Amino acid sequence: MTSTYAHAPGFVAGDRPKIVTSRFEFADSYTIERYLATNGYAGLRAALSQPAASVHDEVRNATVLGRGGAGFPAGTKWGLTPQEVWPRYLVVNGDESEPGTYKDRLLMERDPHQLIEGCLIACYAAGLSRCFLYIRGEMALAQERMAAALNEAYAAGFVGKNILGTKFSVDIVLHWGAGAYVVGEETALIESLEGNRGMPRLKPPFFPAANGLYGQPTIVNNVETLANLPWLLCNGSEAYTAIGTKTSPGTRMVAVSGHVKRPGVFEIINGVTTFRDLLYGEEFCGGIRNDNKLKAFVPGGGSAPWFTPDQLDLPFEASQVGPAGSMLGSGAIMVMDETTDIPAAALTLTRFYAHESCGKCTPCREGGTWLERILTRVVEGTGTDADLDQLVEVGSSICPGDFPHASNADLGLAAVPFPYKMTTICFVGPSAYAPVHSALTLFRSEFEARVTTRKRIPVTAAASSATGHAS
Amino acid sequence: MSRLTDANVAIAYEIIGRYPRPKSALIPILHLAQEQDGYVAQDAMKHIADLVGVTSAEVFGTASFYEMFKFEPVGKYLLNICGTMSCALMGSEELMHHAEKRLGIKAGSTTPDGLITLEHAECQAACTEAPCLQVNYRYRFKMTPAELDTLIDDLAAGKLADEIPSHGVLATVRQHIPADRGVGAVAPEKVNESPEWLDGKSAL
Amino acid sequence: MSTTESTPDQVETEVVIDPNAVSLTINGKTVAARKGELIIAAADRTSDFIPRFCYHPRMKPVGMCRQCLVEVEGPRGPMMVVSCMTPVADGQVVHTETEQVKKAQEGILELLLANHPLDCPVCDKGGECPLQDQAFSHGPGESRYVEEKRHYEKPIAISDLVFLDRERCILCDRCTRFASEVAGDPLISFTHRGNNTQILTFPDEPFASYFSGNTVQICPVGALTAKPYRFKARPWDLEETQSTCTACSVGCATVIQSSRDQVLRYQGHDNDEVNWGWLCDRGRFNFESVNSEDRFTTPLVRVGESFVPTSWSSALEAAARTIRLAVSSKGANSVAILGGARLANEDARAWAMLASKLGITLHDAQLDDGLSTEVFNLPQATINDATSATTVILLSPDLKEELPVLYLRLRDAATKNRTRIIEFTTKASGLTRYAWKSVNYEPGAQVAAVNAALNDTEIAAQLGKGNVVVVLGRANLAESSDFTAQAYNAIAAAFPAATVLPVLRRGNIRGAATAGLTAGNNARSILTAASDGHVECLILLGADPLSDVPDLDLARRALASAHNIIAVETFPTASTLRADVVLPAAAYAERGGTTTNLEGRVLPLSQKITARGTSRPDWMIATELAEQLGADIDVESIDDLTAIDAPSEILQVLSVVGSSAPERNSYDLRLVVSRKMYDNAVSTVTSPSIAHLSIGAGIYLNSRDIERIGAPVGKDVKVSASSKSVILTLHADDSVLKGTAWVPFNQPGTDIRELLNADDLIVDVRVENLS
Repeated sequence: MTSTYAHAPGFVAGDRPKIVTSRFEFADSYTIERYLATNGYAGLRAALSQPAASVHDEVRNATVLGRGGAGFPAGTKWGLTPQEVWPRYLVVNGDESEPGTYKDRLLMERDPHQLIEGCLIACYAAGLSRCFLYIRGEMALAQERMAAALNEAYAAGFVGKNILGTKFSVDIVLHWGAGAYVVGEETALIESLEGNRGMPRLKPPFFPAANGLYGQPTIVNNVETLANLPWLLCNGSEAYTAIGTKTSPGTRMVAVSGHVKRPGVFEIINGVTTFRDLLYGEEFCGGIRNDNKLKAFVPGGGSAPWFTPDQLDLPFEASQVGPAGSMLGSGAIMVMDETTDIPAAALTLTRFYAHESCGKCTPCREGGTWLERILTRVVEGTGTDADLDQLVEVGSSICPGDFPHASNADLGLAAVPFPYKMTTICFVGPSAYAPVHSALTLFRSEFEARVTTRKRIPVTAAASSATGHAS
Repeated sequence: MSRLTDANVAIAYEIIGRYPRPKSALIPILHLAQEQDGYVAQDAMKHIADLVGVTSAEVFGTASFYEMFKFEPVGKYLLNICGTMSCALMGSEELMHHAEKRLGIKAGSTTPDGLITLEHAECQAACTEAPCLQVNYRYRFKMTPAELDTLIDDLAAGKLADEIPSHGVLATVRQHIPADRGVGAVAPEKVNESPEWLDGKSAL
Repeated sequence: MSTTESTPDQVETEVVIDPNAVSLTINGKTVAARKGELIIAAADRTSDFIPRFCYHPRMKPVGMCRQCLVEVEGPRGPMMVVSCMTPVADGQVVHTETEQVKKAQEGILELLLANHPLDCPVCDKGGECPLQDQAFSHGPGESRYVEEKRHYEKPIAISDLVFLDRERCILCDRCTRFASEVAGDPLISFTHRGNNTQILTFPDEPFASYFSGNTVQICPVGALTAKPYRFKARPWDLEETQSTCTACSVGCATVIQSSRDQVLRYQGHDNDEVNWGWLCDRGRFNFESVNSEDRFTTPLVRVGESFVPTSWSSALEAAARTIRLAVSSKGANSVAILGGARLANEDARAWAMLASKLGITLHDAQLDDGLSTEVFNLPQATINDATSATTVILLSPDLKEELPVLYLRLRDAATKNRTRIIEFTTKASGLTRYAWKSVNYEPGAQVAAVNAALNDTEIAAQLGKGNVVVVLGRANLAESSDFTAQAYNAIAAAFPAATVLPVLRRGNIRGAATAGLTAGNNARSILTAASDGHVECLILLGADPLSDVPDLDLARRALASAHNIIAVETFPTASTLRADVVLPAAAYAERGGTTTNLEGRVLPLSQKITARGTSRPDWMIATELAEQLGADIDVESIDDLTAIDAPSEILQVLSVVGSSAPERNSYDLRLVVSRKMYDNAVSTVTSPSIAHLSIGAGIYLNSRDIERIGAPVGKDVKVSASSKSVILTLHADDSVLKGTAWVPFNQPGTDIRELLNADDLIVDVRVENLS
């Protein structure tokens, strides 16, 4: 029986294992009282009852994949710090802002102590002596709940000096951003945490595990990744890997939005649940709105190349989604039904990435806006055939070579596997092109119709496009 | 145009004290300035530069990177209507047009009475509840034009004052690390040993 | 070095394998490189140029313009990487000219040009613009960007010297990196984001850096332009020659650029030893002084109260007559020469030869404003020695103010954790922020401060860690230099292996000293002899005692009592007004030769333009005067003056008197007088662009002293010492040590030298409310 908790808007529970959302059913899930009453901080006790190295082994054995987008196993990541370089830091990435994505916000609002406990376990296991919890600026409630929970946890002796009376001491510092999508990229997050403009650093040499915050070894983990740890420590890696598949164990939170009957955030079984299950399953979204036909969907956040109904039966498994031409990314599916204006939909995403470019790399700074302007022209009906080619040309300056896309039986297209090549430091530039490429490849006729019918729309409508005006 | 008050300077120092390097406190203290004045005033930036030991140009360089900082006064309520994909698919454009018509202003401007500044926002991480918006970063989900009208009426009538503080106030709860519980921040160059608990033994 | 040919006979040669040596191929050619080096730097040694905008070899790479993308072969095929951030590796295979690379580079250039205005014909950079050049060499040929370009107000003044055109800016981060990373003046920053990113200062805080001109030079487009050069010339009209800046004694390598026989610009020239390509703004922009209308262009002789232009032959005859008369009536000791630090080495030698021929022993190239030139005989260190030393001890003036590029080099060494600086100072200096230890002392208390520091276990341990370089100069013109000499001797006694980087600041003071134009520090005795009426003929070799001698009264009396004054000068000064004969000397850039920097490094001076009017190089004046005097020094051309001077004896310590400072009355403040970069120096005041940048006369006190005195900040106060007093504006400055007062030297306005007396060991002043 599917239920939606009124106090957790968006979240849809279900009859599935709950690793990170187990307390969402309680209206007071964010209080320390509820947390302690529901096995809270038991994972920390379990961790502190072992040497740090064996906690690290437990996490490594569980193959807890990073939930931020790249899917890199947390246990392996912790092991990448250089030997004997101290101090090492934990930076928690709570700057969730990938279009279509939200789960970290819910985890921080609904179960802040679970995240705190996860941070503590990570710090203990990997020898991280200070933790910075970076919450997206626009998430006022998450900041409030985390601040209150931290104050409770400090008072109760779970955080700070000599935790639970042991030699383990770590501070968790609440930090909050101020509105910049790119800061979700881990090196930009570190720049921002240092008080700088959130512009990504080139990796190498700035792999955070070796050269991160203040030049020190730094582990950057996503909120959901860390939220898995208390359960893992309580139940062990065997129980964890018993859920999901070998390469994608456990559960993961997925948000499905757009043209479905019941959009929502679900904790699903990793590697097993398919896109069809999610979009059409009764325990999930229950089908496309008005029983319309599915036109396309974005499988892994706004940056991901698009899928069409041809890919519905793929499971939530990176090793299958990548070769099919896209990525799972941050666990966000955006669904477009047959009524969708594809060029306009692509424009909303391209505009987003152009707007969110940090301005560091030339191709993204100049190319993103250029794509947006051409696409705006096309959508408004003042574009030309040449504009469609130009979109691809600009895109190839950001991503040279073949850009990934899905196969399509009707179009006779074979898949180009993920990932792409890029001339930029981070993925924001390529992300501005991804929707353009997907839309043009899969739905070129819609663009052609736009440039040939030449719908007459006043040029002034383009005034909102970003032009750099003097301040 | 104001410097931080003494009370806020005390908070600023508490925040600075949590970081191994003072400049890390820049964004939280800019929020503090915005909380104080409703926007980030020029004098506040100079004051913050002194507090964290950087130049005013560096403060502005950082501050202007981030969307949330305003360098001119804005309305008491900042109404951010999301227009990114999921919201766009669910009718955010219509919602924005309605808001512009209802308020009589274009996105990016403030009502003459100084009550509301209307902005087009990017993804607010509530995509399943589209179209959504935030008023001073407090959510409103699955908004219809009619619900937007009610919201605006309520804001104007002061009915939401308890729930939605005026612009600049983010979290109403601040972190406070008790002096006897905190480990304290140490500059990284002053640490060169592994943490005590990495001694191969269990802590408990 | 190995050669490509090897002969069987040489197989015995031992092969030393450098563990840091790597070998890679770039476009099929083998390139030797060192571990840690970047691909782009290695490629710069080949004929294959990799285009770039943000990369600058003297700054940390940021990899943001993306123009330098190349392909590196990897296990999964060729990878595209930025060559400015990818280190070389042994066996690495790099391609810079494949189709893929070419397409990427063309793509980036098209994107860079997308928003760049097409105003090259009216842009100062046109013709020497990396964007323009690389658009031709590596660009796509045409732009498909039909959209409207970004618009900003253009240009805006971001400082008194620099204009910014944000439309032209390609956001390469060079100027901003220079400001924060090299100059330590992060007063310009990227602001806003994405496509709206721009460079700006804070609204009312201009880019007032002493080094701002460098940003103009390294800007890869015409976004930053320097006010003194705007719209003055096109690069293809410029002629250039390499030379050396003599605004101070650092000896920065420059390029002098001129057009139609007029100097239009100095650019920094990169070398590893001295300035790394950087210049300070004073050195860069004082080229205007060469073009100043306010120059001596013809010889002058005094007739009554005024000067009358005359021919060289009659002027030289008048000068010779004066000298001859003095020698014959009162002996060679009645002729004195002051100055010489403005001269080239060759000039100094010619004058030294003339002095020696005539038996003149009274000569000094300093004006009682430095330390004894014995400092050149101490064990010497180079700039690179200092910047690679484990510890640098500063017993010197504020280097940022007096020897700016040396400041940059030491700042770099300290910020990159190569060198720890221990500073002894009376006032926070430019390097205080970067010093490992900064020890404050009251004037006269250097020795105690140094001894206390040497007894500090932490400092002693640091000094024992490796080599120590002492940067030694005179920090305060209101105290006896004996204190600094004693302090140095204390360090030398404790660390005999320490070497010295002498920082006497006048342009070619070291060259003049080497040529023999100084004989100890005896400007004071010369002036005293003159004031006592013992000097019949005073020759001023580019010296202005009335402006530069700390004891103003002594200088006044000396110039009033010297019977005849011959001035060999480029510009009119307070002192030349007293001259009987003025012999116009050619200006910088109008004469060649060499100069010797503070390290003793002999560097080229080049002539680029014709000397103004009939002015002549100093060596020629000396030679012709010698001829007139029948004391031929056998010089036909400047080439006869390039002899190597014999090395001097090595000293371990400086001569000292052993003075000790008297107690300070607690109502008084001990006076510190030191220089700012911009002051009344003649090359500054005759350069309109920088002339107005002086801070002006004033007195600066710690706010706690101001509170105690109860005097109003910003208002005039009475400053008195002994029986004399001056009126100065009071300023609060907490970088001034409590109990001391700081007054900048040689500034427009009231002259603090009224209170200075050469015989005083220290000067205590009383500051009082005027009302």
